[in-house]
Amino acid sequence: MGIVRTEKLTYEYIRRDEEGNVEGITTAVDQVDLDVEPGEFIAILGHNGSGKSTLAKHINAILYPTEGTVWVDGMDTGDESKVWNIRQTAGMVFQNPDNQIIGQVVEEDVGFGPENMGVPTREIWERVEESLKAVGMYEYRKHSPNKLSGGQKQRVSIAGVLAMHPKCIVLDEPTAMLDPRGRKEVIRAVRGLNQVEGITLILITHYMEEIVHADRVFVMDSGKIAMEGTPREIFSQVEKLKSLRLDVPQVTLLAYELQQRGIALPDGILTTEELADALCGLAGGKGRIS
Amino acid sequence: MLRDITIGQYYQTESLIHKMDPRVKLGGTLLYIISLFFFRNFWGYVAAAFFLGLVIRLSHVPFRFMVKGMKSILFLLLITVVFNLFLIPGTELVSFWKLTITVEGVRTAVTMAIRLTLLIIGSSVMTLTTTPNNLTDGMEKMMKPLKVFHVPVHEVAMIMSIALRFIPILMEETDKIMKAQIARGADFESGSLVKRARALVPLLVPLFISAFRRANDLAVAMEARCYRGGDGRTKMKPLVYQRRDRVGYLCILIYLVVSITVGRL
Repeated sequence: MGIVRTEKLTYEYIRRDEEGNVEGITTAVDQVDLDVEPGEFIAILGHNGSGKSTLAKHINAILYPTEGTVWVDGMDTGDESKVWNIRQTAGMVFQNPDNQIIGQVVEEDVGFGPENMGVPTREIWERVEESLKAVGMYEYRKHSPNKLSGGQKQRVSIAGVLAMHPKCIVLDEPTAMLDPRGRKEVIRAVRGLNQVEGITLILITHYMEEIVHADRVFVMDSGKIAMEGTPREIFSQVEKLKSLRLDVPQVTLLAYELQQRGIALPDGILTTEELADALCGLAGGKGRIS
Repeated sequence: MLRDITIGQYYQTESLIHKMDPRVKLGGTLLYIISLFFFRNFWGYVAAAFFLGLVIRLSHVPFRFMVKGMKSILFLLLITVVFNLFLIPGTELVSFWKLTITVEGVRTAVTMAIRLTLLIIGSSVMTLTTTPNNLTDGMEKMMKPLKVFHVPVHEVAMIMSIALRFIPILMEETDKIMKAQIARGADFESGSLVKRARALVPLLVPLFISAFRRANDLAVAMEARCYRGGDGRTKMKPLVYQRRDRVGYLCILIYLVVSITVGRL
């Protein structure tokens, strides 16, 4: 059984008017089945309001299913006695870096999670050190979070989750408020955790570039899983992605447009190098594009 | 512009006083202030001033920083002195127009001025040598016995430290909103006081909304990191008394005994 599994997960937001009468029900997540293997890097894509954040909040037991069940490492999130174990197993990084840093010094913030778990003082220091090193923020440990850049703050948040020794980290649009450089920093840091430490990653995003390295991609639309597959499989369906209001990476789009004009290129080209190689191959090895 | 405001008035330097446990400093300051009200003669204040001078020397904080704190209460000090000078009945010293200055009046006024000055400088020594964070930690630990009476000590300390963290963020936000409003023709600087106060409303409303949104986000983030109140929580930087702290307590005790004996002769 996978580390994170959902079965027929449904979540409904109930909208009420001022008197408290039910005005309407919005189904944010609709009958979602998900099964994530330990060590996998999963990406969940979707435009605003597709239900991807709501789904993420279920994995950390912040929201509870209206119908269906969520298991984290075999624990049912509906079981109240397991809430703290679940939150420790599946850590969560949120969108706004300012609103999730509690400490006034970087190292104190990273220590916040272990403090809450009742980890002995000496071990807290060890965990803080190793977590900050893992995200490359160790030399900033004495800094005030207010003086860091967005990407750095977000890496501190990731270290804060990492210090709790989770098996799985859910990142809910961690790069949405960052500049391109910060975005790269954060993605590099989390990929490192996945490859080196073997931590399961669930990355929620609407930036296509970030999912290129994922093992599996789920595309959500109005609460349902609309597409599922490897990044290559997903990106080869340019038309369908466009109909779901998602943009494909520029290279992929270029390759697709060339294909449409009758140039025989393979489906789902993800990187510039791939496209260059494919084009060179077409030229019959007569020349290289420099 | 708003970002430059620092919270608290911590003066960063290395010194024995800086390194001392915040509980010693808090307790010491409290006892020091109380001692100032015990003196019956002038010598007690001399002892108090001498002790304070010694602590200031040890703290390596330049004296002008201590005096800075005095500026804010200068007005209060002046009023106290003037009222005491003219309103206390007793043996007449000088008299002009409808006002009389008495010997007792002069004595009380001088005592009051010295007392207030020592009190303010004494407490600024504490705030100048202790980070706000450290201070909250110290308070939490000192107030812990109050938990028996269901005082939410840990929660109050947590609220204080979160407030300290968010003040610069909200200041930056105020600055941003202000600039956005100015760009659209808002005027915060001219007009009568009422007009300027009214101009602040469109500033405060978005600020409050954003503060509540942040508070909600932060609460979720804290819960996601297993925060469930103070019970069963360990400390990354626990407060443990060192030798210097015991020596500190001893010094305060010696000061108390000496100054009160001298001051009540």
